[in-house]
Amino acid sequence: MSNSLKIRTGLVLGCLILALVSLGPTLFGSDLPDWWRKTFDPIHLGLDLQGGMHLVLGVDVDKAVESRLDTIVDQSEDLLREKDVIFKRIDRSSGERIIVTVYDEEAGEQADTIMAENFPNLEAMTLTAEGAYIQKNYRLSDNEIEAVREYAVRQALETLRNRVDQFGVSEPTLQRQEGNRILIQLPGVKDPQRAIDLLGKTARLEFKMVMEDANPQDAIAGNLPAGGQLLYERRVDPRSGAVSESPLVVEDKTVLTGDLLSNAQVRIDTRFNDPYVAIDFNSVGAKRFDQITGANVGKRMAIVLDDTVYSAPVIRERISGGSAQVSGSFTEQEATDLAIVLRAGSLPAPVDILENRTVGPSLGQDSIDQGMRSVMIGFVLVVFAMLIYYKFSGLVANTVLMLNLVFIMAMLSIFGATLTLPGIAGIVLTVGMAVDANVLIFERIREELRLGRTPRAALEAGFEKAKLTIIDANVTTLIAALVLFQFGTGPVKGFAVTLSVGIISSLFTAVVVSRLIFDLYLSRSKVDRLSI
Amino acid sequence: MQIIKHDINIDFTGKRKLALLLSAVVILLGLASLVINGGPNYGIDFVGGTLVQVKFVEDTDAAKIKDSLASMDLGTVVVQSFGDDANEFLIRVQETEKGKELSGMISGSLNAVYGDGNVDIRRVEMVGPQVGKDLRQKGILSLVYAMIGILIYISWRFELRFAIGAIVALMHDVLITLGAFSLSGREIDLPIIAAFLAIIGYSLNDTIIVYDRIRENYGKHQKKGFSAVVNLSINETLSRTILTSGTTLLVVLALFIFGGGVIHNFAFAMLVGILVGTYSSIFVASPILIFWDDYRSGGQKKVAAEETA
Repeated sequence: MSNSLKIRTGLVLGCLILALVSLGPTLFGSDLPDWWRKTFDPIHLGLDLQGGMHLVLGVDVDKAVESRLDTIVDQSEDLLREKDVIFKRIDRSSGERIIVTVYDEEAGEQADTIMAENFPNLEAMTLTAEGAYIQKNYRLSDNEIEAVREYAVRQALETLRNRVDQFGVSEPTLQRQEGNRILIQLPGVKDPQRAIDLLGKTARLEFKMVMEDANPQDAIAGNLPAGGQLLYERRVDPRSGAVSESPLVVEDKTVLTGDLLSNAQVRIDTRFNDPYVAIDFNSVGAKRFDQITGANVGKRMAIVLDDTVYSAPVIRERISGGSAQVSGSFTEQEATDLAIVLRAGSLPAPVDILENRTVGPSLGQDSIDQGMRSVMIGFVLVVFAMLIYYKFSGLVANTVLMLNLVFIMAMLSIFGATLTLPGIAGIVLTVGMAVDANVLIFERIREELRLGRTPRAALEAGFEKAKLTIIDANVTTLIAALVLFQFGTGPVKGFAVTLSVGIISSLFTAVVVSRLIFDLYLSRSKVDRLSI
Repeated sequence: MQIIKHDINIDFTGKRKLALLLSAVVILLGLASLVINGGPNYGIDFVGGTLVQVKFVEDTDAAKIKDSLASMDLGTVVVQSFGDDANEFLIRVQETEKGKELSGMISGSLNAVYGDGNVDIRRVEMVGPQVGKDLRQKGILSLVYAMIGILIYISWRFELRFAIGAIVALMHDVLITLGAFSLSGREIDLPIIAAFLAIIGYSLNDTIIVYDRIRENYGKHQKKGFSAVVNLSINETLSRTILTSGTTLLVVLALFIFGGGVIHNFAFAMLVGILVGTYSSIFVASPILIFWDDYRSGGQKKVAAEETA
C-alpha cells in the first residue's frame, strides 16, 4: 500500500469512527456511559417532530413609554405641590407629551425649573396658548424613549423566562428577535392554552381605592367623576361557573402595585374550600400597605389585576403584617398560575401573540414515521437503480451513499443542529443528489474507457475531470442553502441545515471516499476490466 | 447497463425555437392563472390567519364541522379534508385577533358537537398580519439574494453570458412551478419558499454540468461552430442528466406519496421543479447561449455560416 493510500484510509476511518461515536447517544440513549452522553448530544428534534409550541410575542413598547410618562406625571404632581407652585392641572396628552397647565408666567417658569432639575430626560417644547391659561409642554428625549423601549423588551424577556421556568417545561428556548419581538419555544408542552394564558398575561397587580360616592351606572353612561376610572369586577357563580361582570368606579391613582411583592402562594380557604393567592409585601410594600390601610379603615380597596377587579374588600382595620390575599372564585389551576405570574413579576408592557405554531405530540410522531419511511423507500429505490446501472461500481456508490447518511446525521449531532420535517425532506433530497457526484464520475470513467485507456488511467482521468464539475455544481446549491439558512425560520431553517450538511458530506464521500475504495480495489489485484 | 447510447446525437439545439415556444406557452398559462386568481395563493404564513388541524375519532364531513363553528362568528371559515382519511381536517380562519383563545374556542365548539375526547387538535398555526408581511418580504428577498449570489459565482467561474443563461433558466423553472401551484389551487407557504430555493439549487446543478462540458468542448472543437458544440455537450452529458434526474425523482416521489400531508405540497413543488429543471438545462439554459451568440454576431452576418458549419 502506498503512503498516500494509507493516509487517506486512516482519514476516512477516523471520520467514520468519530461519526459513529457521536451518533451513540442518538441511537442508544441512556444505555451509554456518562462521559459519552455528556460529550455528544443526541440529535435535537424540532418542535414539528416532537410536538410543542413556537410563539412569537410582541412587546407593546409604546405602552411602556406611556406608563413611564404616567409615572413622571404622578411624581411631578407631588413635586409641584411640595414646592407650592400653583397649577391648574398636569396630565399626559395622547401625543406622548406631558402638559402642565398654569395660570401665569411665573408659575410657568417655576414649573420649567422643577421639571428640568428632576427629569433631565424631558425636553421642554414650545408653548401653546389656550385661553387664559399657559400650557407648558414636555416630551421625553428620543434617547430616553429608545431606552424605555429597550428596557421594556429586556425586562419582558426576563419576566417571561421566570414564568417559563416555573411552568415546568424541559429545555425551553427564549430569544430576543429583531425589534420588540420575543421568540419562545416550549417543546412537548401538554396544555398549550394554559401556556398562552400564563405567558400572555401582563399581571399588573394594583390596589386602588373605591370611589363610594360615584354611581357606576352614571359612569357607564359617560359621566365619569374627575380622577375616577370605570372598571369591572369579575364574579364567578360557584354553582354554575358562569362569569359575570359588575361595574365599579375606583380612583384613577394607584395606591400600591405588585412590584413590591416578595412572595405569592396558593392557599385554600378552609371555610369554603376555595383556593386563593396569599401575597407578602417586601419591607417597603409592607410599610406602605400599613399606612394605606391605617388611613382608610372602613373604605373599600379594589384589588385589580390587568384592569379587572378581582375583589374589593372593606378595610376593617390597619394591616401591618405586610400580607394580603387575592381571592375571586378561582379554580385551583387558575390560582396556581396567578401565583406563578405574581411571583415572576409583571410585564413592563402588554404583549401580543404575533405568531403561534403548536404541534401536538401525535402529529409529531406521525411526521417522524412518515418522514423516516420516505427516507427508507427513497434510499432503497436509489440503491437498486445504481446497482442495476453500474454493477460493481454501483455497489461502491451505494456504500458511499450509506456513509453519507451516517455523516449527515453525525454532523447534525456534533453541531447541535435541529432536525425538522423539512429537514428530513432535505435528507431525502440529498440521497437523490448525492449519487449525482458518483454518476458524474462514473460517466466520465466510461468515456475514458471507451477512448481505450486502462482501468487505472480511466479512473484517474475520470475522477480528475469530474472533480471540478462536481465542485462547481455543488457550490451553487450551497449558496442557495446558505441564503435559506440566513433568512429561514424554524422548520425551514432545518431544511437549509440538512441540505448544506448533505452537500458538504456528499462532496467528501464522492471525491475522497469512493476514490479511496476504487484505489484500494485496484491496488490489491491486477484488474483488466472495470465493472462500471 | 446503458439507457442512453454513448454515441447518441439528438439535435436539441435545432429545436430551440420550438422549445422556446413551448416554454412561453406553459409560462403564459401559469401567469394567466395567477392573474385570474389575483396573484399567488398565499397560505397563512404570508397573509396571516389561523389554521387548526383536527382529527376526529369518527369520520365526518366539512359541512358538519362548519355548522359546529357557525355560532362563533369567525368570518370566513374554510374547512378542507387533510390526507387520505375522512376524519382529519384543516380549519382555516382569517381572524387572528382572538388568537389567544381561538384554538380553545374551536376545540370547545367541536367538543360540544362531537362529544368530549372525540376531537384531537393536532396542530395550530396562527400568524399575525405583520409577521405574515415580514415573512413574505424575507421569502422574496431570500430568492433574490440567492440569485444574485449565484450570478456572481457563475460569472466568476465561467462568463457573464453563462450566468445570464443560468438565471433565465432559474426564473423559467420558478415561474412554471409557481404557475403549477396556481393551476392546481395549492397554497404557497413558508416551506414552499424552501422548495423554490432547492429547485434553484437543483436546476443550477444540472445547468452547470452542461455548461462545464460546453466550456471544455469549446476549446477542443472550436471549428465546428458554437451551436454544434453546445449540442454535442448536451448529448455527452445526457446519460448523466437522465440518471440523476431519475434517482432524484424517485426519492421525491417517495416523499410525495409517503411523506404525509404536512409536506405534500413541498414534495409537489420539488416534483414539478425537478422535471422542469431538467428540461430547462437542456432546452433553455444552453440555447440561450446560442441566441446570445447569434445576436452578437448577427451584425456581422455570420449566422448562416455558423448554422451550416
